[in-house]
Amino acid sequence: MTASTGNPARTRTGRPSGGPALARRRRATERAIAGLLLAATGVSVLTTVGIVLVLVFETFEFFREVSLWEFFTGTVWAPLFSPRHFGVLPLVGGTLLVAAIAIIVAMPLGLIIAIYLAEYAGQRTRSTVKPFLEILAGIPTVVFGFFALTFVTPNLIQPLIPGTNVFNALSAGIVVGLMVLPMVATISEDAMAAVPRALREAAHGLGATKLEVALRVVVPAALSGIIASFILAMSRAVGETMAVAIAGGSTPVLTIDPTQSIQTMTGYIAQVSLGDTPQNSLEFKTIFAVGMTLFVMTLVLNIVSQMFVRRYRNVYQ
Amino acid sequence: MVSDPVIVRPGGHTPPVSIRLQDRPAEERPAERTAALDQVFRIEHLSAWYGTAQALRDITLDFPRNRVTAIIGPSGCGKSTLIRCLNRMNDLIPSFRQEGRILYHGDDVCGPGSDAVALRRHIGMVFQKPNPFPKSIFDNVAFGPRVNGYSGDLKALVEGALRRAALWDEVKDKLGTSGLALSGGQQQRLCIARALAVEPDALLMDEPCSALDPIATYRIEELITSLAVDYSIVIVTHNMQQASRVSDYTTFLLSGEERIGELVEFGPTRDLFTTPKDERTESYITGRFG
Ligand SMILES: Nc1ncnc2c1ncn2[C@@H]1O[C@H](COP(=O)(O)OP(=O)(O)OP(=O)(O)O)[C@@H](O)[C@H]1O
Ligand SMILES: [Mg+2]
Repeated sequence: MTASTGNPARTRTGRPSGGPALARRRRATERAIAGLLLAATGVSVLTTVGIVLVLVFETFEFFREVSLWEFFTGTVWAPLFSPRHFGVLPLVGGTLLVAAIAIIVAMPLGLIIAIYLAEYAGQRTRSTVKPFLEILAGIPTVVFGFFALTFVTPNLIQPLIPGTNVFNALSAGIVVGLMVLPMVATISEDAMAAVPRALREAAHGLGATKLEVALRVVVPAALSGIIASFILAMSRAVGETMAVAIAGGSTPVLTIDPTQSIQTMTGYIAQVSLGDTPQNSLEFKTIFAVGMTLFVMTLVLNIVSQMFVRRYRNVYQ
Repeated sequence: MVSDPVIVRPGGHTPPVSIRLQDRPAEERPAERTAALDQVFRIEHLSAWYGTAQALRDITLDFPRNRVTAIIGPSGCGKSTLIRCLNRMNDLIPSFRQEGRILYHGDDVCGPGSDAVALRRHIGMVFQKPNPFPKSIFDNVAFGPRVNGYSGDLKALVEGALRRAALWDEVKDKLGTSGLALSGGQQQRLCIARALAVEPDALLMDEPCSALDPIATYRIEELITSLAVDYSIVIVTHNMQQASRVSDYTTFLLSGEERIGELVEFGPTRDLFTTPKDERTESYITGRFG
């Protein structure tokens, strides 16, 4: 291509035609843009590093005054009143109770929806149902909290289980389950959709029914993706704040009774951060220790689920 | 329907005696339905469409029992479509539609009261690309018997199927390992064993060797020849040498200008390859098109 044939920007040798000055200016612009992009990326990296550093530092400060042993084995959490107790187990227990109920709700429902969408629904049904799942995923969590408090507890739970506390782990768990349901359904459906059609045909060719194909071939072949969706949902449920703070209550007791009011780790952090606990006090530092515990828990869950996701990608690529 | 030409031949030649079948439809010959029918599939005026695109037009053809019948023809002429009609595999494709009849041992495969799932339990299928389940070798072979509620000695059944598929000696010490860990040729024999384990009566194979090297291909061809004693086999192949090596009968399909597959010629493999009746067959087997 030459300059005379209609491309004025380039010479016969392909070099920009504007001379060294223009070339230099272009390189400067390129470098500026690269710098800008790097800076934007840097912000997210630095934020993460900053948060982790603050968490680690404040947690370290906290554990200079409270022993690790007391924190992780004590069964009473009462940092704000004397005699003060710093046993985190009631908060961990409350969190796990809500997350477990959420998973019990979301796992079977999400899997059924995923199987239906991946194996049974036609194209039209699928494109009708999926937006509803997306809407469900987009509802603000505070709405779920009030839904639990003002609808689920009085209309569903209390009639069935009289004596249920107004604030209870069950209603919180149920709505958190609904919150993570779209996640379980869509990730599981993706995993099932990635199962090659050849496997389905092989199973049909052997005289398997549609249900047998779904349950005996597609679900096992997509299992690592499905498990990943469960773990991610668990991690999301563990980290959920608003709904559990509203519906679950703020009573840190170590219990497995879901009709009782409980407090979760996130609920506690929200309560203290919003309250008038003086900063730099030991009471205030508890939220960093609790936050660190929460962070490590969700980090581990996310890493484990990533391992599963990677495994199911490897199988078919 | 008074008489159907069993074999469509533009040349109008008399078909060889061994595949000359009664001209009346099966249901008019109740006495012969089980005893004298020597075809496993009978296809009557089959046309097929994907959406609005027609893929097959007016195919009438019989597949002899306990013989190997090859389907040959250039790419896109509807070979896979035809073979997948036989066990109603095309039911899985929403846009698919067919007209005409397919009789399996005299019974209409799409007729009222016939059930695709039950049908497929009698007709094994082997696909172009080996497609073992991501399960152990044993579970792959045991899959069919399990979904069919087999209650006998599963181990013996699996061993028998693997032996018939000439794979037993290579895998007998590692039945617990994944079927995906085998070589391509072994995987394909595993898929054949998996199909044999449901004790089918017919075996459909859609280009079973096209993903394999010559040695693996040779082993599968040997296997096909040995299986033809007990099974009726229909094999789609792109490879005319393969068709001439393994099959007793050959069907030649061709799609013309409109890209709709039609039957050009059917006959004993040796005749079709040495003295084709249709000049298009001759052009194809001598490599002039396709
Ligand atoms: N699932 C499908 N949806 C729509 N059209 C299809 C589908 N499968 C096949 N066809 C079309 O039907 C025609 C016949 O296809 P078919 O797969 O039966 O050919 P084939 O003879 O098996 O070819 P090949 O030798 O390449 O496998 C082709 O035109 C193809 O595009
Ligand atoms: Mg094909």
